Amino acid sequence: MSTTTILKASNVNIGYFDKKKNNTIATAISLSLEEGKLIALIGANGIGKSTLLRTLTGIQKPLSGTISLNGKEIESYSPSELSQTLSVVLTEKLPPSNLTVFELVALGRQPYTNWIGTLTETDIMQVNKALELTQIAHLATKKHFEISDGQLQNVLVARALAQDTPLIILDEPTTHLDLLHKVALFKLLKKLSKETQKCILFSTHDIDMAIQLSDEMIIMTPETVVQDEPCNFISKGTFSTIFNDENINFDANKGKFVIS
Amino acid sequence: MAPKQSTLLLFILIGIGFLCLFFTNISLGSITIPIQDIIHSLSGGEASKTTWEYIIINYRLPKAITAVLVGMGLSISGLLMQTLFRNPLAGPYVLGLSSGSSLGVAFVILGAGFLSPFLSNILLSSYGIVLASTLGSVLVLLAVLTVAQRLRDTMAILIVGLMFGSFTSAIVSTLSYFSTADQLQKFTFWSMGSLGNLSWNSILILTVAVIIGLLLSLYCIKPLNALLLGENYAKSMGLNFNKTRLIIILATSILAGSITAYAGPIAFIGLAVPHIAKLVFQTSNHLILFWSTLLIGASMMLLCDLISQLPGFETTLPINAVTSLFGAPIVIWLLVRKRS
Repeated sequence: MSTTTILKASNVNIGYFDKKKNNTIATAISLSLEEGKLIALIGANGIGKSTLLRTLTGIQKPLSGTISLNGKEIESYSPSELSQTLSVVLTEKLPPSNLTVFELVALGRQPYTNWIGTLTETDIMQVNKALELTQIAHLATKKHFEISDGQLQNVLVARALAQDTPLIILDEPTTHLDLLHKVALFKLLKKLSKETQKCILFSTHDIDMAIQLSDEMIIMTPETVVQDEPCNFISKGTFSTIFNDENINFDANKGKFVIS
Repeated sequence: MAPKQSTLLLFILIGIGFLCLFFTNISLGSITIPIQDIIHSLSGGEASKTTWEYIIINYRLPKAITAVLVGMGLSISGLLMQTLFRNPLAGPYVLGLSSGSSLGVAFVILGAGFLSPFLSNILLSSYGIVLASTLGSVLVLLAVLTVAQRLRDTMAILIVGLMFGSFTSAIVSTLSYFSTADQLQKFTFWSMGSLGNLSWNSILILTVAVIIGLLLSLYCIKPLNALLLGENYAKSMGLNFNKTRLIIILATSILAGSITAYAGPIAFIGLAVPHIAKLVFQTSNHLILFWSTLLIGASMMLLCDLISQLPGFETTLPINAVTSLFGAPIVIWLLVRKRS
């Protein structure tokens, strides 16, 4: 079975435009995100994961190279078109409001609703489907500030699902969660990528878990950005290049980092 | 989601409250006019006394309508500002509009002494003051819009608005230092706000301005709901943020600017009413908040006007003092009740 490529980045340089010179963060990035795949983005703090995600979501322009989404360059998308192709889960805290879980997830339908935001039957069906898939249907009438962090993360994933896009990008979705909820969220993402055939890209620092659960990984090191399957990375020994520290080593047999 | 039954019930209750206040407002004053006569008079018939009819058509009705327009306009612009800036302390005047108006009026009233008597007479007419106030707020609006185009950070606009406020109040203070007691009194009276003294012509202009402002706000309901999740999420859901921000600022400026021009800088309503609406309706959905803020804003202003001219008192209190004197405790009470 052939898979469809949703997002393709070819020879992209990322960074910030500066007045005097371009502030380059990473160069020559080529990626291909396919449908039905769960893909983890890993790398040390400050390596530029967020910048890469911002560039892939079209928030900031690449310094050079092209990013195409469904065969069309991302810069030529209108905000409304883009919102029907790509949804996000961000790390930022939500501003205080009285939104209920249902209302919050329903906001994900905004790209499809009319000028005043009326929910049609299709919209309500999509919202309910998203609530079911993320197993939070029982929370629908609760206010979003009344639920736990783990539940809120599921709500935000549900909101992205309701947006009904072929690609979902999550920025460090497992931060602030305990082990139990981390595993639950990873399994949820895995399940969603298989059941809905969406491509899900997420950045994380939980490398051990990402190795076990993701289909592919993108590893950012100071030298390069590479994409492959986790087992290939293990056999190539790429993981030991992530952290430039002699005290942290990757044990290929155990499939995790050990401290010496 | 269809509005819940409790929401519908609240709307009906507040609607009835609004109608009661509207008629009571026309009825009470230095002379009490029976409600029956008011209904007769307003529906084209005749009141039992011709003086009553004269009072209703020329004084009470224009004032009640002004109160409704002012209450609606200020409250809605407060709602827009609070969501745009994600700041519960934001109100219609955070962009420095009232300071701009004050500056214009201060120049006319306090600066008139430097001009020839003929010129100062023209300027000091009620039209001159309205014109000066409008010009003042429009100038500040243009300055804020110019800055807003250059700034990506929404919070920075808030600070720029406050800076404009400080800057203009400093000029006003300087002007007042050099003016006579007479001029100062006149300026102070203007700054206390007034709902009366508007001709039917002025009311027509104010109505058109408020309707334009409200229509622009209505158009912003969906973007405002998206903004409840913050700018970045809103953008990811297809929101054209810069365009939305511009429309919101424009709507607020038209509402607050025109109202300040005709009724003076009326404090508190714009800040408090959106909070009351949120506390009463327990929602953040702007489709519900828009209509509830409209109704509560109009009712609140009618109530404050009613208090300012309670029967049995010879003098009327300044409206600006009443809005804060009676509005502040209501908000505190609502907040305390919610916590317990």
